[in-house]
Amino acid sequence: MRLQKATRCALFAILELAADPNRQVSAGEIAQTFGISLNHLAKVLRTLGRAGLVEAVRGAGGGYRFSGNRRRTTLLDVIALFETVDPIRRGLREDGDATAAGQALCRVLMEIEDTALATFGSISIETMLKLLQRPS
Amino acid sequence: MNDHDESQQFYAIRPAGPADVPQVILLDAELTGLAKPEYWASVFARHSGPGSHFLAAVEGERLLGFIIGEIRAWEFGSPPCGWVFAIGIAAGHRQQGVGRALFEAVCARFKTDGVATVRTMLARDNALVMSFFRSQGMMAGPFVQLERDL
Repeated sequence: MRLQKATRCALFAILELAADPNRQVSAGEIAQTFGISLNHLAKVLRTLGRAGLVEAVRGAGGGYRFSGNRRRTTLLDVIALFETVDPIRRGLREDGDATAAGQALCRVLMEIEDTALATFGSISIETMLKLLQRPS
Repeated sequence: MNDHDESQQFYAIRPAGPADVPQVILLDAELTGLAKPEYWASVFARHSGPGSHFLAAVEGERLLGFIIGEIRAWEFGSPPCGWVFAIGIAAGHRQQGVGRALFEAVCARFKTDGVATVRTMLARDNALVMSFFRSQGMMAGPFVQLERDL
């Protein structure tokens, strides 16, 4: 599966900032580190700010800081700000869903959605940061 | 809520003994809402003694948590590996390193017994315990649990 661009930007920004919550990092630095558009990142950071996960630091230097809780914020908390991981569970329907074949397909897709929800919902930012440090 | 932090190890990890079983029953009942005295008595009977992996975290004689593991071989085609099939930490003692210490202790025992992998299984909606195991570096393994109604 693939995550949408905005979601990936958000996760990269959160991981970069949460690695050291005392450090201020500019949007430009984050954009350069991950090869993402500064314009795009700015919109993402505004969304993260409204969710209370990052805050803009005023004054000389400026930049952003992680303002969430690394242990309690999960990947799902971030992802859910930008996309719907469980559209079928939420009742979003597509053409053909009312047919027997459509319903059978929905059951299979719901299995995948449930696994995705459990996976994203069980990995905190702190756990992701530990994963970054593990040799692959 | 106890104000110990993770840097202070105020507890000991040791093999569970008969005197721990009543506290295990109480703790499990608090966590699951269901008291299972016969179940835990039989679990203790199976997993006590030399080579057992039923460990308790205690502060004095007060149980703060427990973990139970065993080596299983060739089930579902899997070479021998260590399985953690129960863990419980008292609500007032979470986020203090007790769960991690128990998990590391049982993993150390598994390594000594010659296995290189630790596994567990849990309900998909058990977010608290799943988050804990993930924080200990566990990721989804190559097996899938399937089921149907009979």
